[in-house]
Amino acid sequence: MELVLDNVSKAYGSITALDAISFSVGPGELVALVGPNGSGKSTLIKAIATIHNTTGGTITIDGKDIREIDPVDLAVLLGYVPQSFSYTLYSTVFETVLMGRRRYIKWSVSDEELSRVQRSLDALEMGDLAGKYINELSGGERQKVFIARALAQDPEVFLFDEPTSALDIRYQIEVMETMRRITREQNSSMIIAVHDLNLAYRYADAVVFLNKGKMAGYGKPQDILTPDCIRSVYGVDSFVVENECGRFIVPFRARYPG
Amino acid sequence: MKDEGILLTDTREPDAAPPATVHTLYNAGSARSTALIVFLLLLVIIAAIFSAGIGTVSISPEDTILAVAHACATSLQNFLHTYLPAVGNWYDSIPYTVPSPSNPQAELIVVGFRLPRIFLAILTGISLAVAGAVMQGLLRNPLVSPFTLGLSSAAAFGAAVAIVIGPGILGGLVVIGSNSFIIILAFLFGWLSMLLVYGISRARGVNQATLILSGVVIGYIFSAGLTFLQYITNNEKLRDLVVWLMGGMWGASWSAVLLLIPLTLIPFILLERMSWDLNALSAGDDVAKNLGINVNRLRLSGLMISTFAASCCLAFTGIIGFIGLMGPHICRMIIGNDHRYLIPSAGLMGAAILLISDTVARTIMSPVEIPVGVIMYLIGGVFFLFLIMRARGRGLY
Repeated sequence: MELVLDNVSKAYGSITALDAISFSVGPGELVALVGPNGSGKSTLIKAIATIHNTTGGTITIDGKDIREIDPVDLAVLLGYVPQSFSYTLYSTVFETVLMGRRRYIKWSVSDEELSRVQRSLDALEMGDLAGKYINELSGGERQKVFIARALAQDPEVFLFDEPTSALDIRYQIEVMETMRRITREQNSSMIIAVHDLNLAYRYADAVVFLNKGKMAGYGKPQDILTPDCIRSVYGVDSFVVENECGRFIVPFRARYPG
Repeated sequence: MKDEGILLTDTREPDAAPPATVHTLYNAGSARSTALIVFLLLLVIIAAIFSAGIGTVSISPEDTILAVAHACATSLQNFLHTYLPAVGNWYDSIPYTVPSPSNPQAELIVVGFRLPRIFLAILTGISLAVAGAVMQGLLRNPLVSPFTLGLSSAAAFGAAVAIVIGPGILGGLVVIGSNSFIIILAFLFGWLSMLLVYGISRARGVNQATLILSGVVIGYIFSAGLTFLQYITNNEKLRDLVVWLMGGMWGASWSAVLLLIPLTLIPFILLERMSWDLNALSAGDDVAKNLGINVNRLRLSGLMISTFAASCCLAFTGIIGFIGLMGPHICRMIIGNDHRYLIPSAGLMGAAILLISDTVARTIMSPVEIPVGVIMYLIGGVFFLFLIMRARGRGLY
């Protein structure tokens, strides 16, 4: 399953939100979208999820335009987890995860579907919380519930919009490791918007660097996330530390014009 | 996090007892929900039998049941003799006849007056509470109900317009056509209010509080119209309009009930079929779309159907508040938010609340009737506060 973006753009009136975005994600590959606030990460993810329309270019899965795929079938191909959640009527954890199986549920819920929910929760070590209401959980636990729902949906391509932004450092690492494991074990594709450059650096196979809706870089993390590139996009000075644990980006100073 | 865990493959030992937390939770939830529905169904039936017996003239439960059975048997006999004489003759040959009730007036009082009213209360309760539950799910707002969106006032206004101008327009047809004319106008105005609310909800940057605020304001506008009609119309109709404004079951008749039975049950079935999509919508429009749901179509058709069901009943009862909001919420607190169970239990809860309130309202100061709202807000409100106190700490709200 190969997801290809070719020259994708989106404009709201005269404002260009996305401009000529081209990249591809193959099976077993994890791509990180990085860039400053407002650079178009969420817009791009929503465009791939067909929540937003695009105004130019094509997005294809195995050569087929996603807008020509029936939304019901697309649910099997693409699993989307948004950045923010505005729940007003709350469900329990397992009911939320069960929604990932909506495509396969006609009326009553089979034991097989419930087992899948159980396995998705177990994969994120959330089994104990199955009966809790989701607003009884911490922000990090809730984020994991939504990841579990995407797991239960079992799509070919996962789309995550900043899944780690609400999480503490331990959960950030756990979630990213889980993501990478899913990518490898299920040979699925994953596109994740992240703010933390080090998470992108450590876990992504490729990085799409966005700046004001344009691509500022696309390639392997070590080639793209360089101090020069970071300075030109973020206006922040940084250096790279290398030790036995790996390579780390350390941003240390914002640059002001003049 | 374990490194060796294989993600979506079941790694449990085949012989080991399954932890089955999700299975047990799901089954326990289903059992609890089913129990609530059965309980409410029995409550409504018992309340109906009880309600048919009490009033200015008290009738014993035996006489109540005999009155209904006797009326059914007689109507069936007449029906068969008119349309299926062969079956009618066979029917007459059955050696058993339903005895007449010991109180000679029982049949007239129970079947002629009280039953239509009981049915109207049940049907209105179902329609309003089901509409409330569905609207809350569709608009993802727990404060939404036919009343808070202005639908109740708008539909009652439509019905009042039909009453005031109906005879002028329909002329001699009024006797035949008045009920459907009232329903059509109630629905049109109800739908107008829903279109306004729906349009506002789709506008960019509108938050949930604005939605409710506009609904309440729309309600006031139509209430103002209703009050105005009351001033410009003649005395005969005045009483009717006051009734519409206060809300009550005075408009009950067998013709209304027979019309409302399909107009309540068909929307209920259609809305119940949307349960899973409503469940998925609770995660937000974007996620629901990603799960393959056509959110706009779901929202539009759901609002249309629930508005229709609620308007039809409101056309006969006037403005009834409370149950559309509280019926669903009381059930949410007991069984949670699975719409498959929530929609039927909310409907039965609405029926039970409205029927019991109406029975109390017409008997407590007998022979004087007090408006059903007085009792309903009192009983339902106290019960709801009790549930809120009990539900503290649970994550439902």
